[in-house]
Amino acid sequence: MKILVCISHVPDTNAKIPFKDGQPDLAGVTFVIGPYDDFALARAVELRDASQGKLTVLNVGGADTEQTIRKALAIGADDAIRVNASPTDSFFVASQIAAIAKAESYDLIMMGRETSDYNGGQVHGMVATLLGIPCVTPCMKLDVAGGKATMLREIEGGKETVTANLPLVLGCQEPIAEWKIPNMRGIMSAKAKPLKVVEPVAVAAKTSVTKYEVPAARGNCKMIDKDNVEELVKLLKTEAKVL
Amino acid sequence: MVAVSNQNAIKGGEFLIRETEAHEIFIPEDFTAEQRMMAQACEDFLNTEIHPKVEEMDNMKNTEFMHKAMQKAGELGLLGITVPEEYSGLNMSFNTSMLIADVLGSGGSFSTAYGAHTGIGTQPIVLYGNEEQKKKYVPKLATGEWLACYCLTEPDAGSDANSGKTKAVLSADGKYYTITGQKMWISNAGFAELFIVFAKIEDDKNLTAFIVEKSFGGITMNEEEKKLGIKGSSTRQVFFNDCKVPVENMLSTRGNGFKIAVNVLNIGRIKLGAGVIGGCKMVTSQALTYSKERKQFKTPIANFGAIKRKLAEMATKIYATESLCYRAGQNIEDNINSLAANGMSDAESKLKGVEQFAVECAIAKVHGSETLDFTVDEGVQIYGGMGFSEEAPMARAYRDARISRIYEGTNEINRMLLVGTIIKRALKGELDIITPAMAVAKELTSVPSFESIDASLLFAEEKSVIKNMKKAILMVAGKAVQNLGEKINDEQEIMMNIADMIIETYAAESVLLRTEKMVGVKGEKACEQQINMSKLYVSEALEKLGTAGKEAVASFTQGDEQKVMLMGLKRYTKLTPVNTKELRRAVADAMIEEGKYCF
Ligand SMILES: Cc1cc2nc3c(=O)[nH]c(=O)nc-3n(C[C@H](O)[C@H](O)[C@H](O)COP(=O)(O)OP(=O)(O)OC[C@H]3O[C@@H](n4cnc5c(N)ncnc54)[C@H](O)[C@@H]3O)c2cc1C
Repeated sequence: MKILVCISHVPDTNAKIPFKDGQPDLAGVTFVIGPYDDFALARAVELRDASQGKLTVLNVGGADTEQTIRKALAIGADDAIRVNASPTDSFFVASQIAAIAKAESYDLIMMGRETSDYNGGQVHGMVATLLGIPCVTPCMKLDVAGGKATMLREIEGGKETVTANLPLVLGCQEPIAEWKIPNMRGIMSAKAKPLKVVEPVAVAAKTSVTKYEVPAARGNCKMIDKDNVEELVKLLKTEAKVL
Repeated sequence: MVAVSNQNAIKGGEFLIRETEAHEIFIPEDFTAEQRMMAQACEDFLNTEIHPKVEEMDNMKNTEFMHKAMQKAGELGLLGITVPEEYSGLNMSFNTSMLIADVLGSGGSFSTAYGAHTGIGTQPIVLYGNEEQKKKYVPKLATGEWLACYCLTEPDAGSDANSGKTKAVLSADGKYYTITGQKMWISNAGFAELFIVFAKIEDDKNLTAFIVEKSFGGITMNEEEKKLGIKGSSTRQVFFNDCKVPVENMLSTRGNGFKIAVNVLNIGRIKLGAGVIGGCKMVTSQALTYSKERKQFKTPIANFGAIKRKLAEMATKIYATESLCYRAGQNIEDNINSLAANGMSDAESKLKGVEQFAVECAIAKVHGSETLDFTVDEGVQIYGGMGFSEEAPMARAYRDARISRIYEGTNEINRMLLVGTIIKRALKGELDIITPAMAVAKELTSVPSFESIDASLLFAEEKSVIKNMKKAILMVAGKAVQNLGEKINDEQEIMMNIADMIIETYAAESVLLRTEKMVGVKGEKACEQQINMSKLYVSEALEKLGTAGKEAVASFTQGDEQKVMLMGLKRYTKLTPVNTKELRRAVADAMIEEGKYCF
């Protein structure tokens, strides 16, 4: 089986991201593989091992994402592709992935259900559309046998089991697999694995961000004695002005 | 044996008489992306397998816990870090193995089990085993299929390890040794399959080491010890009753056991120095978080100067331990590589490479373990009453930390050892301390030169302080050796004073060099707090050196000689007063802003 896992390069979920001049200031922020992508990658490694297939990871990003890509190689991908472009919007990214996938014909194209930075959750759908193949998301369990995939999705108030023929695109989330800590040997061999850099195909982004807003800082919390209802009512009227 | 060809290579203990440049030292900021990825993997391992399960680990109801955790570590390759590739290891560099020890060091009981297995359990065979022994045992240990322990200490032989009573008697047919005796405080004993055992043959002066498989029989154990800390680490008394060990399982040669013990401990010591760093950082970050959340007098306690002082002190000491450990680690690595390049075998070059830096290893052990104890103590204090509660993390950290000053040679033994080693090397002519000591003695009786310091240069004054600290050591130690001769070894108080002077000097110099190197890369602005910590550390180290020096001088000199020495000390401990309050506040504020230890 030939598997492509698309990974995003996102700020560590614990990182504090300051804004400077209305833009996120990412200097000094640690970047990681998107957490949902990490789950997709973990399942892909298992499927690759079971099928003795090949697992490629792909990232659309600048040279600064290579450390994140190396981590995916350390976890178990066989090789990697970096599309040398800054990811401007979901359509742009999906077009790049689709262009690569058209030439390579993968059995499975897996990625997280969404990224943890912009939380767009659109790339998988767009890739599937561009390639004219099915897309299942959010996929929480995945088994493949005889050219057919069986997936579990969580839906409002219950669960749904879906089957589809390969090839297909998946937006993954836990508990599809337990995310993997790269082992030391994997890390040491990652630098020797092939990482191909390709130039992007020319497509224009369809959306652009006009403005970011940072939520206003939460005001100070005032504690009022539980017996002092009058004070509470007064403050709600005069200070909080909600009554 | 091949001698080191590089005449300029840095020698152990030489920092006392050598001026080191910033570019010559390795700093943790030099680690590559790959090494950082390894460190991150270790952290991820702790965050999934150890930290969330710490209660389970330490209550020891699940006796399988540690065994399984170690096997998981084995799956990640963490048990084969320093093992050569031909024995299923990864053969990583010395400083990479230090980094891994550093990160895994925050694992409490796990760290002890890990250190005992990969260090004193595995290294004796890696370093002293013959080819057959290595092929037979090392792959099992490197993958975690078998876990190992190290049986040196006995009820009546602790610090005086060579005085053990365990006997090994050769059988009439010359095929096996029968080991009989009692060992104590054996880490990992509860689940180990392999025992490195030290015993005496006939009336030998020195111990002999053996590789003993549990399956050889004749091994019994007491219950788990009830310990103050690292409660999840297995520690037992082990009895050998007619345990039959084939002669081919003797490690190295007869009577070479004590040397094995000492050399393996050298490695263990510097690893312990690095191994406290992860724990120290974690504790500092926890205390910091707590101090931001805990309010008294309507203010988060982090806003109080007394608390900021503590946080900054914790950070500064950690920064120092880290600076000196990786500096020494790289010296060792370079030495190993250069010996190997000259044709020495892998094992031999590792042994000699580390032995050369025995002084730095002892410094790292003492400085690291005392930084850890300081950190957990202030951690408890910052938590106040909650620090005393088992509900919060500080109580455990406080208990777990305490062992570090005891094992791998107590800090007293290490202090004596490091001074003793320097004196021995000086007397043997391996380390020329005598010439510079004489120069200092001469300088003492001459008019002080007023070197003008260009205060516009970063650390101009601090650098001259370091030079003076070294002079103070040469002055005090030189005079002590001169006046006391061999008897100095019996004057332990003086040895300890000198050890403290040496430790603080090495730490202070390492801190300065690290920051200087970092500033060269990132610029002063980006290293503001590192510069503050360096100034803080130097001023504190100088105080400590002055106190220790005075104590020593007062105890072995009198009259005019004493006067001259005290004047010398005064001259060598001069520093323009430093506003430590402001420096500490700045360091603490940076951490408060960041929400964690961040240097
Ligand atoms: C949790 C734990 C795990 C351990 N794991 C192992 C293990 O895996 N394998 C193993 O072999 N051992 C192990 N040990 C033993 C450990 O190495 C010894 O406890 C240590 O070396 C000290 O020996 P001791 O306990 O006999 O103390 P002692 O030697 O009796 O020391 C008592 C005090 O006297 C001081 N002292 C002793 N001699 C001198 C001297 N010459 N000059 C000045 N002061 C002196 C010491 O510094 C100390 O303060 C472990 C110990 C503990 C507590």
